Amino acid sequence: MTLQQLSIFLENRPGHLITPCRVLAEAGINILTLSLADTQQFGILRLIVRDWQRAKAVLEAAGCVVKVTPVVAVEVSDRPGGLADILAALEKTEANVAYLYAFTLKCGTRGVMVFRFDQPDQAIAALAAAGIKIVSSDEIFSLLENDTTDGPVLC
Amino acid sequence: MEEQWNDSPGGFHPASAPDYLPVAQLRALQLHRLRGVVRRAYEHVPLFRQRMQERDLTPECLAGLEDVQRLPFTQKSDLRDTYPFGLFASPMSDIVRLHASSGTTGKPIVVAYTKEDLAVWAEVMVRCFAACGLHRGDVIQNAYGYGLFTGGLGAHYGAEALGATVIPVSGGNTDRQIMVMRDFGVTAICCTPSYFVHLVERAAELGVDIRQLKCKVGVFGAEPWTEGLRQHIEAESGIKAYDIYGLSEIIGPGVGIECPCQNGLHIFDDHFLVEIVDPRTGEPCPDGREGELVLTTLSKQAMPMVRYRTRDITCIIPEPCACGRTLRRIHRIARRSDDMFIIRGVNLFPSQIETALMGIAGTLPHYQIILTRHKGLDELAVEVEVTPELLSDQISAMEDLQTQLAAAIEKTVGLRAIIRLVEPHTIERSEGKAKRVIDRRSL
Repeated sequence: MTLQQLSIFLENRPGHLITPCRVLAEAGINILTLSLADTQQFGILRLIVRDWQRAKAVLEAAGCVVKVTPVVAVEVSDRPGGLADILAALEKTEANVAYLYAFTLKCGTRGVMVFRFDQPDQAIAALAAAGIKIVSSDEIFSLLENDTTDGPVLC
Repeated sequence: MEEQWNDSPGGFHPASAPDYLPVAQLRALQLHRLRGVVRRAYEHVPLFRQRMQERDLTPECLAGLEDVQRLPFTQKSDLRDTYPFGLFASPMSDIVRLHASSGTTGKPIVVAYTKEDLAVWAEVMVRCFAACGLHRGDVIQNAYGYGLFTGGLGAHYGAEALGATVIPVSGGNTDRQIMVMRDFGVTAICCTPSYFVHLVERAAELGVDIRQLKCKVGVFGAEPWTEGLRQHIEAESGIKAYDIYGLSEIIGPGVGIECPCQNGLHIFDDHFLVEIVDPRTGEPCPDGREGELVLTTLSKQAMPMVRYRTRDITCIIPEPCACGRTLRRIHRIARRSDDMFIIRGVNLFPSQIETALMGIAGTLPHYQIILTRHKGLDELAVEVEVTPELLSDQISAMEDLQTQLAAAIEKTVGLRAIIRLVEPHTIERSEGKAKRVIDRRSL
């Protein structure tokens, strides 16, 4: 029930972000969502793509250093308290949220967020027990494939 | 032949006999040879004679071995200043070989050999290989560069004189090296330690596990390397990695070698007289104290070297070696005095930074030391290329890594360093000696 996320090391200097983006563009790989964490000196670009093996290969061939990490896509209600409900379900577990970011797509009144947990298996179990939907990679990809409009997808 | 030569595995190689001379006889031999070499240089090398006369010295001044300390030093610049043949003590008709340094800065230095010099060179190389446990029947892949560089031909003739099978593959073309190693049943390889690391990495990419091959010994030299790198090489390749020492100005590879105890290098001091001096004052250091290695050739004809300043930093290990050799032992050379940089009055060597980095990263990442001056104060920055092993998707883990690296460097050298993590392949690669220190303070 996890997605494979690619992390790329970047120096925090003008012109450094474009290299991996260009490499993926040339390989015809679409970035489904991303998050960029930065310090004064360096940054880590985290990406979700459909064919992560191929993306990793082309990035590494272009000289990038890439790390693969499992992350969890979780459905979040698009209303006040939506995210708080998710976190409440995790409160009694050891699962710590290292960071999170969102997909641009929406399922009706629900959004999808990417969670990086220290212990993903525990987190998945706790979320499932609380009736919170974990979105599989297949579901994500098919949702995004159908996204032919500029706006959010309704499903 | 077979019965006459006890050079079977684990046997005592006859060429190694001088390694075990009684010390008194060895010192007597050294003094005898020292007098000969000083007389030869005095008679045939104008620069040396002039320096002796300036000090009111004659070759007869050598009453004992310690009188070598009265003699003038020879520096690398002397070889450049007398380029190309100014330090030769033999007529060209007696010189059968010339070699030259790569000459990274300015003119190369040229070194010469008579037939007898080449015989001595082969002899000390045989003794090196024998000390590494090699013998007739071994298949030695010689990946030192053949040509003007002394490494290739020096190792070649030594390996042949040993009676081993020599593969003169020379340097470069890594894929072919791996093919040769696997298909020719290579049991030992000679190259620089950094090249061997590259070779093992490339072999892994090609799906070749060096551990599964017959190669069991590496004779590595031509650049300083650390004990940490040896452990890395031995763990990754399953070979026993021996450090060989030499320099063209003295003879080439074969000045000294590790024995199976791997605790310091034995210098063949029946041919090379060892001194350790303070690199700043030139005063002799007592045994055990670190200083600059100074060598005098005791049997060279074409180019006798008296008190040559090697710029290599080491110390004498005075205790006898468990292997039984009576040859003087020096600590492995991990740094050169010309690698040294001074920051805030502290003398530092890249190898110290290297040891700290390896301790944290497990393996040695590409790195570079950058020295800058900010508001009159020296700053030490170390750029470290991020490897897949070092990368985390979490900023906190990367910041931890920076902190750990800085702490390890501070613990080793006593200075806070700024750690800059940089992208792969951003630090310039060098075919020869890596440029480890960039000093921007003069601006």
